[in-house]
Amino acid sequence: MAKVQVTMKVNGAPAEGLVEPRTLLIHFLREQLNLTGAHVGCDTSHCGACTVDLDGRSVKSCTMFAVQADGADILTVEGLAAPGGTLHALQEGFREMHGLQCGFCTPGMLTRGYRLLEENPRPSEDEIRAGIAGNLCRCTGYQNIVKAIQYAAARLAGAPVKEAAE
Amino acid sequence: MIPGAFAYHRPKTVKDAVAMLSELGPDARPLAGGHSLIPMMKLRLSSPAHLVDLRAIGELKGIRAEGAEVVIGAMTTQHDVIADSMLAARLPILRETALVIADPQVRYVGTIGGNVANGDPGNDMPAVMLCLGAVYQVAGRKGERRIAARKFYEGAYMTALEPGEMVTAIRIPVPPSGHGAAYEKLKRKVGDYATAAAAVVLTMSGGRAATCSIGLTNLAETPLWAEEAAKAVVGTTIDAAAVKKAAAAAEAIASPASDNRGPAEYRKKMAGVMVARALARAKTRAG
Amino acid sequence: MNDVTPSSAERAEKLQGMGCKRKRVEDIRFVQGKGSYVDDLKLPGMLHGDLVRSPYGHARVRKIDAAKAKALPGVVAVLTAADLKPLNLHYMPTLAGDVQAVLAEEKVLYQNQEVAFVIATDRYVAADAAELVEVEYEELPALVDPFKAMAPGAPVLREDIKDKTDGAHGKRKHYNHIFAWQIGEKEATDQAFRKAEVTVKELISYQRVHPCPLETCQCVASFDKIKGELTVWGTFQAPHVIRTVASLISKIPEHKIHVIAPDIGGGFGNKVGAYPGYICAVVASIVTGRPVKWVEDRIENLSATSFARDYHMTTEIAATKDGRVTGLRVHVLADHGAFDACADPSKWPAGFFNIVTGSYDFPVAHVAVDGVYTNKAPGGVAYRCSFRVTEAAYCIERAMDILAQKLGLDPAELRLRNLIRREQFPYQSALGWEYDSGDYHAALKKAMDAVDYRALRAEQKARQEAFKRGETRELMGIGVSFFTEIVGAGPSRNCDILGIAMFDSAEIRIHPTGAVTARMGTKSQGQGHETTYAQIIASELGLPADDITVEEGNTDTAPYGLGTYGSRSTPTAGAATAMAARKIKAKAQMIAADLLEVSEYDLEWDVDRFRVKGNPERFKTMKELAWAAYNRVPKGLEPGLEAVNYYDPPNMTYPFGAYICVLDVDVDTGVCKVRRFYALDDCGTRINPMIIEGQIHGGLTEAFAIAMGQEIRYDEIGNCTNPSFMDYFLPTAVETPKWETDWTTTPSPHHPIGAKGVGESPNVGGVPCFANAVNDAFKFLGSTHIAMPHNHWRTWTVADKLGLHG
Repeated sequence: MAKVQVTMKVNGAPAEGLVEPRTLLIHFLREQLNLTGAHVGCDTSHCGACTVDLDGRSVKSCTMFAVQADGADILTVEGLAAPGGTLHALQEGFREMHGLQCGFCTPGMLTRGYRLLEENPRPSEDEIRAGIAGNLCRCTGYQNIVKAIQYAAARLAGAPVKEAAE
Repeated sequence: MIPGAFAYHRPKTVKDAVAMLSELGPDARPLAGGHSLIPMMKLRLSSPAHLVDLRAIGELKGIRAEGAEVVIGAMTTQHDVIADSMLAARLPILRETALVIADPQVRYVGTIGGNVANGDPGNDMPAVMLCLGAVYQVAGRKGERRIAARKFYEGAYMTALEPGEMVTAIRIPVPPSGHGAAYEKLKRKVGDYATAAAAVVLTMSGGRAATCSIGLTNLAETPLWAEEAAKAVVGTTIDAAAVKKAAAAAEAIASPASDNRGPAEYRKKMAGVMVARALARAKTRAG
Repeated sequence: MNDVTPSSAERAEKLQGMGCKRKRVEDIRFVQGKGSYVDDLKLPGMLHGDLVRSPYGHARVRKIDAAKAKALPGVVAVLTAADLKPLNLHYMPTLAGDVQAVLAEEKVLYQNQEVAFVIATDRYVAADAAELVEVEYEELPALVDPFKAMAPGAPVLREDIKDKTDGAHGKRKHYNHIFAWQIGEKEATDQAFRKAEVTVKELISYQRVHPCPLETCQCVASFDKIKGELTVWGTFQAPHVIRTVASLISKIPEHKIHVIAPDIGGGFGNKVGAYPGYICAVVASIVTGRPVKWVEDRIENLSATSFARDYHMTTEIAATKDGRVTGLRVHVLADHGAFDACADPSKWPAGFFNIVTGSYDFPVAHVAVDGVYTNKAPGGVAYRCSFRVTEAAYCIERAMDILAQKLGLDPAELRLRNLIRREQFPYQSALGWEYDSGDYHAALKKAMDAVDYRALRAEQKARQEAFKRGETRELMGIGVSFFTEIVGAGPSRNCDILGIAMFDSAEIRIHPTGAVTARMGTKSQGQGHETTYAQIIASELGLPADDITVEEGNTDTAPYGLGTYGSRSTPTAGAATAMAARKIKAKAQMIAADLLEVSEYDLEWDVDRFRVKGNPERFKTMKELAWAAYNRVPKGLEPGLEAVNYYDPPNMTYPFGAYICVLDVDVDTGVCKVRRFYALDDCGTRINPMIIEGQIHGGLTEAFAIAMGQEIRYDEIGNCTNPSFMDYFLPTAVETPKWETDWTTTPSPHHPIGAKGVGESPNVGGVPCFANAVNDAFKFLGSTHIAMPHNHWRTWTVADKLGLHG
């Protein structure tokens, strides 16, 4: 099939490439743009390891063609930290609260957490759990991920953060 | 899992989309949110030669009131449905239903049009549309027509759409204010289709049900409009006996398949339980 | 000492050694998306492999026609058994002494078995080509039910070995029989049952499940024809074992094989074994002369790589009327699928199932296990447990509840009457283990107090009365489990993998500046080894953990080790780390004595330094000693400061714990809602409490998933009906309960730092705890045993059979 040109903004910088129409966005990001943070975990849009932020929405990039993202503004985990390298409050929170173990789901959790906090800066625990229900984690049991997002919410609001995990 | 190859089209108007779908024939599929179609393509259970992406068609988006109706563009996402305050006030059952569909990421992308139009018996919105008496606005090469939701579903993935036609909007008659509604869904986990689900919309008058409509999800090849079940409660206080009758009537029309959610017998029984629970909740919400 | 000198305590705190909640080193890269997983790897000229798999559970392969696939532009080659056979690679040896087809030759024996391997320039073309390979099958009757495997006239599954009367563990009873194994005193046990005042018997089945890490199995193989060297990057929990196996299979000398396990996205036992995809990628790289990547998709992962459990345990307990257990008898029918690829130490075909006497003082016991073939995927891995330990724990913990019910005793009370007492340790179990240490009564009592067990039972009683009166449709279940794990394989006298003793290793190099590089033979898949091993070294050597880099997974640099599974890292490599550090410390002490011009015996260790006894101002810090080791060593001593230790543990370690679960069952839908879960773990010395807690959260969540929904199901013709995340139950944050964790500390007497291992305890103890809670809810209505998983429809069916739906 003839390749088509796609152009998008990824982590604030222009990105473009030639793709087959069937090229999944996750493969475009990982293999053409070398942004390997987001992962493929399930292939059926259940696990959320491939989550990126696209035009202000959390999307599963394994269930979207790169052509569908033509013209979009995308944020991946690689774009979360400040340009100088300072970690985003969520990244800091995941480390402080032991919100990750093998790290495979983490990029998806972080980008999802980012959008969740953009929409709801002070979520309750139940809102966080519902908000990350499209992201599976096999290692943590989620409890410390919830704490990590709460940590980030507090940090972003300038409030004191709670005691670290355990 | 890798989808097969296809040609990609992105029309800007409904007219162009319809022309493309007609021209390209049965090998073309409209692409809305894609969260039903793309997984099927990745499993190679579906291999369309052409995808007609509807996302650039502005006229397919948006939620508006038109007199006694609410009109929702087919490309309106579940996330938009959840966020809309007019819907929350006038048709709260839509928000309640959208919130139990899939997961947050899927709801950002999945559309209400895709959900009602692809004929998947596991989708949640069709039963709600049957329950509400919604009408689908359909565009085809021969122009526009309207199809009642209650006449739309013919079998699993089979609908009243003619080749080349697509749903452009959903028109929903708004139930009177003070109505009570509920969508009760039993599922194994977030992201699952219903083991059984029931939508109820009712009105109460003098402590008795004045009107009632019930829809059922994933309990047959198509969504079901449970007329007998609804009749069983109209005129009653929705007491235990009436609820039991309604539940039995729902079970009687349910013909689910046995699957990993449970044997058919269990799922049938759950149809009754979901109806009973939805009735109870709708009743408490009716003003 | 002057005022500005930090105290010992202050200096110790700065080291971030054992016992502190050190933040993880690994996280810095993971939170930035800079982990390095196998599929992230891109090599110049790299090709992609994809497998053609059988749609049938049992069929004869009549013909494979790859012509259309080969004609597709971008396709480089298609491998079938015919290509592998001349290389003698169409079968590979399994860890269990069997062979497994790499690509099916004459028959396929399970759905999604590997039939052909397509190699193409990108993964999209490879997927297209896999569809174009035409395979002609003749379907055969499938054998799915293990109870029918040894019936007369049952379908013959393994034609390659059907006339072989000897298996890897003795005589075979039937052409579908794999092995029989028994342990314990049969006659004495039978005698105990003959004399018993009370006996109970139940078939307790533990369903087939899958470990299902979020990252699937994958590898990149790259063969350098000029050097004759093979490099394989892969999702390997045991990279050195993979290297040895690869050498034995391929005949490439072991020093010319480089195995690298980069970051691994979870393992849980799934990544211990070698799979056909790996072999195919290696062969493909040798054939094409280019690197070849193979990445499994999720359906392949769930349906073709190693399953776990599928144990059917007929369990009997003999006891006195007042609730003293007097004997245990278990027969296990083990469904190993189509090939015996069970991942156990070689001498242990049923793993350490003989831990089945659990935490109780059984005077006698006997266990017999029969393994059989069926038309299901091969495997039998330890999914977040030591070998067959979760099966054993589920078995005994269910059986103890059944006994309590028969005796009319509270399940916690029955346990208190039979737990091994503190003074009995080291304890010789009836089935041959020596439990190292424990204080079981203290743990169970602490757990009962923490949840106010009596009040819960009173609440349950009231709920049952209300239920009978029709006031509620919810039942309350209280699950108690007390488990003893056996981890840290293992003493080499007991445990080997294909003849390689199951020791583990650590190599520590102190650089002149006092910075440290340490390498171990284990491989983290999320356990946080880079963080915790550094804490051990920090405490042992008084060097800050932040100055210590821990590396694992590269067989060229790491000392030989047997890898990470069975909670063995801390008991073995953790011990090796402490022992290697102590060698270094001994040498540092000699250097210090020389520098301070005193005898070694006049020195004492103080956190991060050797000081002269009675003269604490005279000291040399470890950092100073590191410099001295490269600068001015005493006469007769070699320069440098490094050590390696291969640790062969004298015994395994025996972590234990007491768990209590409270849940409510909606009898009309079968939905169980966990209200509370309290987990008390004793894993001996605690290296990093934060990581321990995280391991317990994760293990409990996996236990919850197994008990409440996970199951790999086959229909009667051998179709795997649920190999995707739609149907295979992985709970989200919404379904997952909240966990309460607690601990006691009983150090292991034989481990250098007293640590026991913890990663798998919550799975081992958790599964029976959930199951006991569900059973407990229905017990008052006469129900004795409900099979797992406790999903909605099964639970509803129980209620229905009890007549609760009117």
